[in-house]
This record gives sequence, C-alpha cells and structure tokens, in this order.
Amino acid sequence: MINQEALKELLYKMADDQLILGHRNSEWTGFGPLLEEDIAFSSMAQDKVGQSQALYQLLYDLGESDPDTVAFMRNADQFHNSRLVELPNGEYDFSLVRHFLFDTAEALRFEMLTSSSYPPLAQLATKIKGELRYHTMHANIWIKQLGSATDESVSRLQHSLNELIPYALGIFEPSPHEDQIITEGIFQGEELLKDQWLDAVTQLISKTSLELPDITLINPVFGGRIGEHTMHLQPLLDEMSEVFKIDPTADW
Amino acid sequence: MLTEAKVKEWLDEVKDPEIPVLSLVDLGVITNIDIQDEGIKVAMTPTFVGCPAIDYMKNDIVEVLKKHGVSEVEVDVNFEQSWNSNKITEKGRKALKNFGLAPPPKHDLIIDLDILEHIQCPNCGSTNTDLRSPFGPTACRSIHHCYDCKETFEQFKPL
Repeated sequence: MINQEALKELLYKMADDQLILGHRNSEWTGFGPLLEEDIAFSSMAQDKVGQSQALYQLLYDLGESDPDTVAFMRNADQFHNSRLVELPNGEYDFSLVRHFLFDTAEALRFEMLTSSSYPPLAQLATKIKGELRYHTMHANIWIKQLGSATDESVSRLQHSLNELIPYALGIFEPSPHEDQIITEGIFQGEELLKDQWLDAVTQLISKTSLELPDITLINPVFGGRIGEHTMHLQPLLDEMSEVFKIDPTADW
Repeated sequence: MLTEAKVKEWLDEVKDPEIPVLSLVDLGVITNIDIQDEGIKVAMTPTFVGCPAIDYMKNDIVEVLKKHGVSEVEVDVNFEQSWNSNKITEKGRKALKNFGLAPPPKHDLIIDLDILEHIQCPNCGSTNTDLRSPFGPTACRSIHHCYDCKETFEQFKPL
C-alpha cells in the first residue's frame, strides 16, 4: 500500500510547477522576440498546462478536488511550486535560462518516474517524457547558440544564469516524505535528481562561453514546496483565475 | 453480429478536427474497442497530453456510433497504452502527405535533432531541408524549410 500523503505531495508540487510555468510561458504569446519563439513559448505553455491537468487528474483519482477547482481556487500559500517558476518573465534571456534550467530537471524527473511503483504515474510519465524532449531540445539549441554568439548575448545569459541558479536549486527542496517516496519506489528522490541535473547542465554549459557558478557555494532558495512564495505568485493566480471566479461555468 | 472490425470501419468516419483527412483509427489513438450487450466502450489515448481537440474527438466518436444505431457509447481517455507517432498507419501517412503535412519518420522512440533535420518535403520530395522550429501552429507540428522548392512546410512531428 503506497503512502498516499507522500504520493499526493509529490504530485502537487509537480503539477503546480507545470501550471505556473505554463502560465508564465503563455505570457510570451504576442511578445516573442521573433515569431518562432512566440510560437515555441506558446506551445510549451499549452503542453505544460495540459500536463498539469493530467497530474491534477491523478490527484482527483486519489480523492482530491477536481482539476479546475484545484487550479483556480487555491491561494498562493496553498501552492507547492518552486519559486523559480513564479518569477516574472523578465527579458527573453531570463525566460530562456529559466526554461533551460527547469526543463532539464523536468525531463530527467519524468524519465525517472517512468519506473514509478505507482502505475498511473509511470504511464503518464512515459507520455510526458516524450513531449519534454522537444522542450529540452528547444532550450539546448538556443543556449548553445546564444551562449557563444556575441558579447551581449553571452553577458545577458551569464547574468540571468547567476541570478537563477539559487532558484533552480530550489526545485530540489526535499519533501518531508522523501524517505518513504524513495523506499516505496514512487520516485528516486530529489537528491539523485539534482545530481543528474547538475551533470546535464554542466555538460551543456561547457559547450558555450558561459560559466556555471560553483553550486557548492550557493544557498538554494527553498520555501516554495511548503507554500512560502515570493510576492509574484498571488498576482499571477489572480489573473489566471479571473474568468473562473466570475463564472465557473464559462466556456470558450 | 457486431464485430470490432465493423466498429473500426464506422470509427474511420471520425477525423482529427485539426487534420480533417486523418481518421482517429489511422492516427492510432483508439486503443481498445469493447463490445458489450448494452453498448460499446471505446478507449483512446491523446497524441499530446494537452491536446485541446480531445473533447471534440470524444463527442465525435459518440455521435458517429449512435448514428449507426449503438445505444450506449462510453469513451474512456487514458494513458495505459501510450501513443507514439509510429502508431500512425500507412494509410494515415499517405493522407498526411497528400494534405501537405510531412508524415513523422518511424523512430526507435528516442527523438533527437538528427531525425528532424532533413525531413522529406511533402511538396517536392526533396530532403534538402532543415528544421526551423520544433514548435508549430498546433502541439503536434514542427516547422521546416525546403531549399529546393523554397517552400516552408509543416511536419506532424515524431513523438
């Protein structure tokens, strides 16, 4: 019998990450620096919001509220996303570096989850893993190109990388149920994921003119997983849920 | 006597709402057909998790089967048999190409840049093409350019 509390905690934080970053990605619609990037961030938004819905559906099957209620009716302190994903988009370099750092971790996370002891999660992970290939491919192409292009592109990416690394380490904030999650085979754990992520990030960055800050000297930005967020999350939620709160039956 | 083959034949009328030449059967998203005394249970799986066309497809399945006299139709969307683009039938691939969309190359389930770089142009057949963007007008399409006929084209992307 799987520890339900541990499983739910894991599902909530993954679903919330996907939903919030999906919403941030959607804010690029109409504002991309070129048409293809506008479409890319919009497409990734669609994928991520869809993936969050499928994860909320797994929670619904475990007795939680329905996906729309869970997505639209909670306040910021009830969300379990990492602070990384709620930060405003900033300029394109900032969004691009966040996309790279987050999706590298997410692709590895879902790869690991394909062997989860909870079959519905393993099945969904198999599906999501394939979609995330396109997200990491997109991030890697641009980081490689802009990370070795001009002085301006390199310095912009480097600046965003320095700013975002402490937040990215916050993705791996350990769960209070970390031991059960690992021993029950639900997920191999945040620490192992962090190691794999660091290898992948280091490898890609080494192909560019960028330098990865020494992460052993950095304090990760934790808190998001236990509902402690920056000032930026609540306004995002207010905007996202505006229509639903006026008319929960609205359809378009 | 109602058979699975017969139901599939009927379901061939249900097309992908965004690619109206491609049936759900040829797309490979119908994963099970369960014929019971009181009706039919159809299982399907989405191409992309966030595909907004899923609800339309569900409704179309119900409508078409009812038109053929099935009284009870239940459509269950699940991920038990995950979709990948290798599941698109040969007939489906031809339909895509005639529609102007490059069909996805068959693959070993690991997608990388190599298999996306020189997709065959659906207009002139050339492979002197390159990938312009892994994301297109819908979640399942990418954008490519052909250096021979100078056309930009879309691909139903491999997954």
